Amino acid sequence: MKDHKKTRLVEVRTKILKENDVVARALRQRFEDEGVYVVSLVSSPGAGKTMFLEQTLMRLRDQYRVAALVGDLATENDAQRLARTEVPIRQICTGTVCHLEAEMVRSALGEWATQELDFLFLENVGNLVCPASYDLGEALRLVLCSVTEGEDKPLKYPTIFNTADIAVITKMDLADVVEFDRAVAHHSVQSVRPGMPVLEVSAKTGTGMDAWIAALSSRRGTPRACGVVKS
Amino acid sequence: MHELSIALNIVEIASAEAERLGEAAVSAVHIRLGPLSGVVKEALLSAFEIAREKSRLAGAALVVEDVPVRFFCQPCQTEVTVASVQLLVCPVCASPAGKIITGRELEISALEIEA
Repeated sequence: MKDHKKTRLVEVRTKILKENDVVARALRQRFEDEGVYVVSLVSSPGAGKTMFLEQTLMRLRDQYRVAALVGDLATENDAQRLARTEVPIRQICTGTVCHLEAEMVRSALGEWATQELDFLFLENVGNLVCPASYDLGEALRLVLCSVTEGEDKPLKYPTIFNTADIAVITKMDLADVVEFDRAVAHHSVQSVRPGMPVLEVSAKTGTGMDAWIAALSSRRGTPRACGVVKS
Repeated sequence: MHELSIALNIVEIASAEAERLGEAAVSAVHIRLGPLSGVVKEALLSAFEIAREKSRLAGAALVVEDVPVRFFCQPCQTEVTVASVQLLVCPVCASPAGKIITGRELEISALEIEA
């Protein structure tokens, strides 16, 4: 069509996810003003996000005021599991949507008194692709991958690792059984995201959990250095 | 697979812009796409064909400009392009990438309007 008709170019320069970015920026400002440190978790399905989060909440709840918002496609199983920690939990059922968006977080929070919290966790839908594009206003983004997924997960999903701040290798108690090569895994992370801190944990046995809680506590108050789709 | 939702965003933003320009007929939407945006070009192109149906952009094409991943290499004291998103290092001295300058783009750059 354009070969036959005369056309002219009109410059537009608009971010395609500007609506999400606007909401995310407002959320980040709100969390900063309220003094709540917001941590999001992304991983593939079954990497152990919920178990990791459960153990994190258990370890933090005596010292800090903590809460979590968990995204899931259809069930409320994760929220029910996390309810055992006796900290406030809210569920976002995304239906067919494969990722959380800032607006979902905003509306799920509703009138929740987040200003009374020290930490708020956002568990994304299990997916290593789509969440990469959406800023949720979090201060810290963790990407989790389990030893059973192989050492090259970062090479397969470089973008999500690039948008995250810390990589967490989960299920370390199974490392020997699956002959997990730690050096190769660390090398994979560093090649897609140079300088990225990597933690090795087993939420089941507790290995590495103290180091994670210490890292988290020391980061609280440090503003997020690298946004996802910041302008 | 969130490309359909991205494509719908493109249609929405471009339609609003076309309206602002006085009901202009859009023959193409030009976008800039970086590999670190998390959006797959091929999937987006297919999704756009569905998203544009029955909209103001039904006859419009999607033109994608691929933006490379670039960063400032301290040892080389110059801006460089990485060879791949799997290896964020300087192609000359192999130093690891610092702050990314380009590569995260997901934006509409221009509308092609029938004159």
